[in-house]
Amino acid sequence: MAMKVLVPVKRVVDFNVKVRVKTDGSGVETTGLKMSMNPFDEIAVEEAIRLKEKGLATEIVAVSLGIAACSETLRTALAMGADRGILVETEVELQPLAVAKLLKAVAEREAPRLVILGKQAIDDDMNATGQMLAALLGWPQGTFASRLLIDGDGAVVTREVDGGLETVSLALPAVVTTDLRLNEPRYASLPNIMKARRKPIETLTPAALGVDPTPRLTLVSVAEPPHRQAGRKVGSVAELVEKLRTEAKVI
Amino acid sequence: MAVLVLLEHAEGVIKQPSRSAVAAAGRLGEVHGLVAGAAVGPAAAAASKLPTIAKVLTAEDASLAHPLAEPLAALLASLAPGYTHLFAAATAAGKNVMPRAAALIDVQPISDISGIVDAATFIRPIYAGNALATVRSADATKVITVRAASFDPVPAEGGSAPIEPVAVPAPDQSSRFVSAELSKSERPELTAARVVISGGRGMQSGENFKLLEPIADRLGAAIGASRAAVDAGFVSNDHQVGQTGKVVAPDLYVAVGISGAIQHLAGMKDSKVIVAINKDGEAPIFQVADYGLVADLFTALPELARELEKSP
Ligand SMILES: Cc1cc2nc3c(=O)[nH]c(=O)nc-3n(C[C@H](O)[C@H](O)[C@H](O)COP(=O)(O)OP(=O)(O)OC[C@H]3O[C@@H](n4cnc5c(N)ncnc54)[C@H](O)[C@@H]3O)c2cc1C
Ligand SMILES: Nc1ncnc2c1ncn2[C@@H]1O[C@H](COP(=O)(O)O)[C@@H](O)[C@H]1O
Repeated sequence: MAMKVLVPVKRVVDFNVKVRVKTDGSGVETTGLKMSMNPFDEIAVEEAIRLKEKGLATEIVAVSLGIAACSETLRTALAMGADRGILVETEVELQPLAVAKLLKAVAEREAPRLVILGKQAIDDDMNATGQMLAALLGWPQGTFASRLLIDGDGAVVTREVDGGLETVSLALPAVVTTDLRLNEPRYASLPNIMKARRKPIETLTPAALGVDPTPRLTLVSVAEPPHRQAGRKVGSVAELVEKLRTEAKVI
Repeated sequence: MAVLVLLEHAEGVIKQPSRSAVAAAGRLGEVHGLVAGAAVGPAAAAASKLPTIAKVLTAEDASLAHPLAEPLAALLASLAPGYTHLFAAATAAGKNVMPRAAALIDVQPISDISGIVDAATFIRPIYAGNALATVRSADATKVITVRAASFDPVPAEGGSAPIEPVAVPAPDQSSRFVSAELSKSERPELTAARVVISGGRGMQSGENFKLLEPIADRLGAAIGASRAAVDAGFVSNDHQVGQTGKVVAPDLYVAVGISGAIQHLAGMKDSKVIVAINKDGEAPIFQVADYGLVADLFTALPELARELEKSP
């Protein structure tokens, strides 16, 4: 059965960049910072490509939601191997519920058998969108996946849980979210980057999808976390143990 | 109206992160606990003993034998109309189910809160803990996961709340539990331990993690790891501490052969005392360590084990 895979990819501040809080406490300073695809979404794109390489997936559609620059993130997905992109363009700050509603609308147009998302966006650290999308579609979910097997009408997902691993079996269509051990994403080769320029990106809007993206959470303020002072270096193991016993009194 | 807290349990014991969620919920009003499972008797009895819980709801059904998100979220959504807030710990299970429940009732969840300002306003870390956001919810019901390391748990004993069964929605057949491969350990759980000793890529192999064991034995410590150590297969995924792993705040955290990437610091920088052992004196971990030892771990760890054997 033809299996289309939808992969939502978010444009975020690169994981190597340490962000700063704006001095007026109104948010995080992001202007001029290096932006990249959310690392968990790279894993999602990679997994979709592997399904296609195995002949299990027929088409990979990458979707990004946000400002026009999110098309760069889509180009990255296309260069890795996605077939086409959808940009849902809006200036509104999107929160997971709105993202999930928009993705639901996209899923209804595209009718994928599988949606693979990252487990967490490393900017908002919400870890919510995939679960919410699954709920809105009424589909089962396999979150924090470290292994994904497609077999017939189902998916078998091994999940990273607090005590170790758990395996669940899901009826398709389903939503899967990626954890770090699912795979190691490939780099796009130069020829593939060139080829990606010719792959189509369709632009939609929340209005066209019939979704009101208004945020439910208001950002009241953003503050620096308490700063931890570096302590001191000790000269030996014996000194370390003595300090932990008599000064810090933690052992 | 009250706050409903989803209580995770195993072998008739309420897990510590859930007791932290109960503590957080207690700041907002009367707390009811929800115990779901296939046979909930012992766990319900344990829940009723949690001080500050006014009522325990039990949901007993074969479909709830494993904490699958689909039936649990449907259950939470069915109970939501009676509550101002739905709470759970920000554990793997809590993160799996709460956003799903929130979407079913058209609510934007608030993940991983580390502070409470008022009934609608919460503090949560963003960007790997490099910023703390204060957010206010406009939703009628607030759906929240609680960063357990930020709230001292309520004690396990002292209360005697009444227990009341609730109806379980018809099960959704779309997902099925297959198997679990859980790490067995005699050590305390990572998120509940008073002392944590973690190894990183510097440990070089899974075999070398044994060097941490006599020290962990002596200190009653849990063993943790960096992402690099987990990715390399030295230890299993449940050891990972960090932004996308477990968040811990023990009295003592010992980082061995860990460089101190922001994603790792996100999971341990609220520890009371931090010790770093690293052969690179410039490693960023030393910027947050109270006590830093620049040394080769392969000589420092055996020495540390010997030194701890000596009585003070
Ligand atoms: C999306 C994403 C999520 C992530 N989530 C997490 C997370 O949750 N947790 C996490 O930990 N990381 C996470 N990371 C990874 C993080 O960025 C770092 O790559 C990782 O923490 C590095 O692990 P490490 O310190 O063990 O390894 P390295 O950075 O390689 O450091 C090894 C250290 O060991 C020291 N060393 C080597 N040999 C010895 C010796 N013989 N004696 C003493 N010291 C020695 C070295 O000096 C070095 O400082 C994430 C990354 C991404 C992109
Ligand atoms: N604006 C967005 N555009 C595309 N995908 C998104 C967006 N926001 C969230 N996602 C997807 O949802 C996942 C989880 O995000 P979050 O729930 O915000 O932590 C991400 O890894 C993406 O796969």
